[in-house]
Amino acid sequence: MLSYAFRRVLSAIPIALIAVTVCFFILRLAPGGPFDGERALPPNVLANLRAHYNLDQPLINQYFIYVWRLLHGDLGPSMVIEGFSVSRLIAIGFPFTLTLALTAFVIATAIGVLAGMFAAVNQNKWPDYVLVLLVMVGVIIPNFLMAALLQLWFGVYLGWFPAGGWVTGSWMHLVLPVTVLAWPHAGRISRLMRGSMIEVLGSNYVRTARAKGLGERIVMARHAIKPALIPVVSYLGPGLSYLLTGSLAVEQVFGLPGIGKYFVTAALNRDYGIVLGTTILYMFIILALNLIVDLVYAWLDPKVRYR
Amino acid sequence: MPGITGKDQVLSTYADKLSVLDAPKGRSLTQDALRRLTRNKAAVLSIGMLVLIVLVAFIGPYFVPWGYSEVDWSNIRKPPNFEAQHYLGTDQNGRDMLARVLQGTQMSLIVAAVATLVSVFIGVIYGAVAGYFGGRVDAIMMRIVDVMYALPYILFVIILVVMFGRNPVLLFVGIGAIEWLTMARIVRGQTLTLKEREFVEAARASGAKPFTIIMRHIVPNLTGPVVIYATLTIPEIIIAESFLSYLGLGVQEPQTSLGTLISAGAPVAEVMPWLLLAPAVVLVTMLFCLTYVGDGLRDALDPKDR
Repeated sequence: MLSYAFRRVLSAIPIALIAVTVCFFILRLAPGGPFDGERALPPNVLANLRAHYNLDQPLINQYFIYVWRLLHGDLGPSMVIEGFSVSRLIAIGFPFTLTLALTAFVIATAIGVLAGMFAAVNQNKWPDYVLVLLVMVGVIIPNFLMAALLQLWFGVYLGWFPAGGWVTGSWMHLVLPVTVLAWPHAGRISRLMRGSMIEVLGSNYVRTARAKGLGERIVMARHAIKPALIPVVSYLGPGLSYLLTGSLAVEQVFGLPGIGKYFVTAALNRDYGIVLGTTILYMFIILALNLIVDLVYAWLDPKVRYR
Repeated sequence: MPGITGKDQVLSTYADKLSVLDAPKGRSLTQDALRRLTRNKAAVLSIGMLVLIVLVAFIGPYFVPWGYSEVDWSNIRKPPNFEAQHYLGTDQNGRDMLARVLQGTQMSLIVAAVATLVSVFIGVIYGAVAGYFGGRVDAIMMRIVDVMYALPYILFVIILVVMFGRNPVLLFVGIGAIEWLTMARIVRGQTLTLKEREFVEAARASGAKPFTIIMRHIVPNLTGPVVIYATLTIPEIIIAESFLSYLGLGVQEPQTSLGTLISAGAPVAEVMPWLLLAPAVVLVTMLFCLTYVGDGLRDALDPKDR
């Protein structure tokens, strides 16, 4: 197990390095730069700016400077927002994004698992159909449209929750964004849970448990839930990374102060520092999540370990 | 003397049929799949709906009295009004919403079609090559796919769009170039089993080159899974495009897409709900239909997988 974990961690390192390289060069090959304003800057000012950010050096040197800094945990300066380093902007915005995504993650997973179980027990009866419809709606309607509709209905017509913006510490402002984020996630989880639960409920050991006279509640709690959870567990990693990226969009729509706001503005302004920094941060999170999922799987299933 | 069981009669009609080459036919896989698909009411209804949407989106503009960028100065921000022939009302610039929704639908459909073709093209070739050659080639090629999976998808699209400078054609290619990853994985898996089959071995024995084998023998056998997956990719692409347009990174004025219309309608939906509702209804209907068709196709072509 330990050697498998070691090998797996080692193989993630070249992937991370390649991904950083790809991102770096794609961004730099794009035409235009961070200092193309409405008005052209005087050439000597431009030259100084470029020298300050090392943009005057050959691309390959810039790349090595960037990687060298990255290895020291420094994501470099922002090129448009003066006086801010990328790490600092991430430190300001990312905790909010993380809170939003994790809240949605916990709520959605709990609801998804329960709803999936409920639907499986009531297979092909009305609770099942209602669930299938809710899942469909959540998965199909794009999150920005869902956000607009919820803002309009609950924010404006009913006035139950604020339609957007952020006041520190107010959970009311989080209700609609979290709903938008959590709905599709809960939908996918409940679909997985329903499928695997139906399979488990039809299996021999559940029949045995029932045959020896255990009550339905004990059969569920002691025999059915655990094996039915396996496919759900394998979706949690990708699910969380999906929520973290989805959160960018939701922040944009609701005007929340997460990292998403900086990212979109930075991409439009060609602020290489922020775009690259955020992308790399997300990449590492996703790689780490994949790694954790793989390790959990290897722990659950010995066959994976010895491949 | 005729037999009691009437078997002579049956056999002689059979013989007659054989003589004119009209033998009883077995059902092919495709026919089977079609039969299953037509029994799926939701899928059939969705196909009908989609055909209708496509026809209306492409033919409709010729029957609408207003152009999509034409300004009607006497009707600005007006709700649906049949006398002025603004059947879905007008926007803040006095442009007819029906014409704009039709144009937006057209744009979303074109993006979806082109981007899906791009993703199918790249994904099938890449997956088939990786699967066919196997070994180290396969390992390296699939590692690259893993790397691209690790890139945060929507961030990557945004980077691509910024890089491509909002040119619509490049936008299609950009979205398509991202969506091929899963296709490549599916195709590779299929190819791994296909290449062990006798007909591939026969082709190899007869001296066909790898490229010929891939194009002539492997790719045609991938049709089923590729069609299913492509249908399921279309709604994802429509969502990606409309999201980019929503952020202001996609289709540019005066051209429009469903995403652009929704983003324009959302902030003013309180006072002018028709600006949000019309494009939203079309987008959601389209996505629902595409999903039902995709699911229907999957069930029809691969009944085990239910």
